Amino acid sequence: MAKGIHIEGLSKRYGSGDTAFLALKDVNMRVEPGEVVGLIGPSGSGKSTLLKCLGAVIDPTAGRMTLGDDVIFDNGWKVRDLRALRRDKIGFVFQAPYLIPFLDVTDNVALLPMLAGMPDAQARARALELLTALDVQHRAKAMPSQLSGGEQQRVAIARGLVNRPPVILADEPTAPLDSVRAMAVIRILNEMAKRFETAVIVVTHDEKIIPTFQRIYHIRDGVTHEEAGEGRALSPP
Amino acid sequence: MISLAGRDILHSWGKFIFTGIGLGLLIGVTLTMAGVYRGMVDDGKVLLDNSGADLWVVQQDTLGPYAESSGIPDTLWRSVRIMPGVADAVNVTYLTMQVRQAERDVRAMVVGVHAGGPGIPGWPPYLLAGRQITRGHYEAVADIATGFTLGDEITIRRHRYQVVGLTRRMVSSGGDPMVFIPLKDAQEAQFLKDNDAILRQRRSTAANPQFNRPAVPGLLEAVTASQTHNPSVNAVLVRLLPGVSAHDVAEPIRRWKHLTVYDRPQMEAILIGKLIATSSRQIGMFLVILALVSAAIVAFIIYTLTMDKIREIAVLKLIGTRNRTIAGMILQQAMVLGLIGFVVGKISATFAAPMFPKYVLLLPIDSMLGFLAVMVICVLASVVAIRMALNVDPAEAIGG
Ligand SMILES: Nc1ncnc2c1ncn2[C@@H]1O[C@H](COP(=O)(O)OP(=O)(O)O)[C@@H](O)[C@H]1O
Ligand SMILES: [Mg+2]
Repeated sequence: MAKGIHIEGLSKRYGSGDTAFLALKDVNMRVEPGEVVGLIGPSGSGKSTLLKCLGAVIDPTAGRMTLGDDVIFDNGWKVRDLRALRRDKIGFVFQAPYLIPFLDVTDNVALLPMLAGMPDAQARARALELLTALDVQHRAKAMPSQLSGGEQQRVAIARGLVNRPPVILADEPTAPLDSVRAMAVIRILNEMAKRFETAVIVVTHDEKIIPTFQRIYHIRDGVTHEEAGEGRALSPP
Repeated sequence: MISLAGRDILHSWGKFIFTGIGLGLLIGVTLTMAGVYRGMVDDGKVLLDNSGADLWVVQQDTLGPYAESSGIPDTLWRSVRIMPGVADAVNVTYLTMQVRQAERDVRAMVVGVHAGGPGIPGWPPYLLAGRQITRGHYEAVADIATGFTLGDEITIRRHRYQVVGLTRRMVSSGGDPMVFIPLKDAQEAQFLKDNDAILRQRRSTAANPQFNRPAVPGLLEAVTASQTHNPSVNAVLVRLLPGVSAHDVAEPIRRWKHLTVYDRPQMEAILIGKLIATSSRQIGMFLVILALVSAAIVAFIIYTLTMDKIREIAVLKLIGTRNRTIAGMILQQAMVLGLIGFVVGKISATFAAPMFPKYVLLLPIDSMLGFLAVMVICVLASVVAIRMALNVDPAEAIGG
């Protein structure tokens, strides 16, 4: 079913006229289901811009994007409801966990399927399933403020995965974590990618995790180059 | 679907409860203010009801006897009494003054009632305890709000009276409790001059050759006697026979006797329209200010609560929460705050009302209007926060 994510000739221009700035010039990327790729580049190179285009929160200027089986952008959005697209097709994992402070762990994860119309009990069952997969099921009833940083990030990953999206966009997901926890997060992302056939893009600066990617996209001045990574084996838990 | 507003409230219940209580005290003050106004209106109506009169005959061109002073001869009632359609016409005096009991001064409205007994206009219609006035002098019936008890000795001007009966809800339009005494005593209290003044006047009368004429024996004595005795009352209360139109009786009195006559609706207009008009405007101003302060508090709290969640709102929007859901969350929180405030306010007003020295009348309609106003204020106050939340860019959840 899922065909991962495919980006061809994507460009993004901010502003217009004299102040126009071409942040993405010619971005080409392909991430297969089950694969975790790194997106690396200096500050101001266009990483966040690319993530926002993929995340359907800003409009690309031109190009083509395919998500799973669907062409979502082809010189214009091909989906009417971008909100539903984000909810159903894209999992987000942020630099900080950004959990909803007034919902317990289960409901933080279950909120997404609920928003998509799934009955509460079923949504919670699915949330618990993912929390179990990420080994935080014992904190299911805790409030986010009661969790450690690593636990919070795992809950955030569970939230990103809960609607079984074909793609996960992770924006510096290991930045606030020490190297042990950072490696744990990458291992989890790899496991989940395989298990749910999800294409994962990890934007990162983090030297610790760069060697773990099989493939890396370098981005500089809005242009991407593909490169083989070291693909260093992840130590078992 | 879980209630985001409900969860947030449960999570930060302390903020909601404390703000709700603060807001509630404001709302309580607001409800009490409305109750004070209603109490004033009710005092006016009760005053008119309890007087038992259908017509008030007062000095020409005055708003007497409650809103302005009025003086008419105390013999006038006879000619009114015999007019067709009149069931009863009696003298009455009203004077607000200090009444002394032991070491205590009580501000009261002293009512002088015509001899005749209960049932005639001006008399207290019912008693809580004791009996009505039976002797022509030095007995009093007091409203319990004076704090007097049966058997108390009270002093009005120069004379001492014994409290023989207690009544309730007999107050002046200003809320002062009434003390009923026989008319003759009351006339004295109101119109009698003190001894020094009488002596002074006697001396000046005696010095006046117009009155002091040795050729006319008895003239000086007659003049001084008429100067000390002051045969005035404030009004004549008229009760009509059943089925008689107030206008038909009032008109000839106005025309032939050169007096002003008010019927019940006119009297209400004077008491409620004129006497308490300023107070009601004052209370109206307070209500406006309190409404604005409440709105500002709700707006500020809801705005701060939303500000604290701006990141979470960006995340909620990014992961596909509808604007409607987010606006609903903020709106519901504002309304819950209003609800807590209203409940606290209603309870505090109910408990506080009896402690006020004047009558505070809490009407259910005022509570309902208050509730609606609180809800409208909360909805309006949440507009700013909702607009801010809707303007949050989901892209903000993804770092720069
Ligand atoms: N909203 C915007 N308007 C104009 N220029 C922008 C905007 N957002 C980002 N840029 C510019 O686009 C370039 C890429 O930014 P960004 O994608 O945030 O880079 P990165 O995430 O790699 O640091 C930068 O030069 C930045 O100044
Ligand atoms: Mg960035």
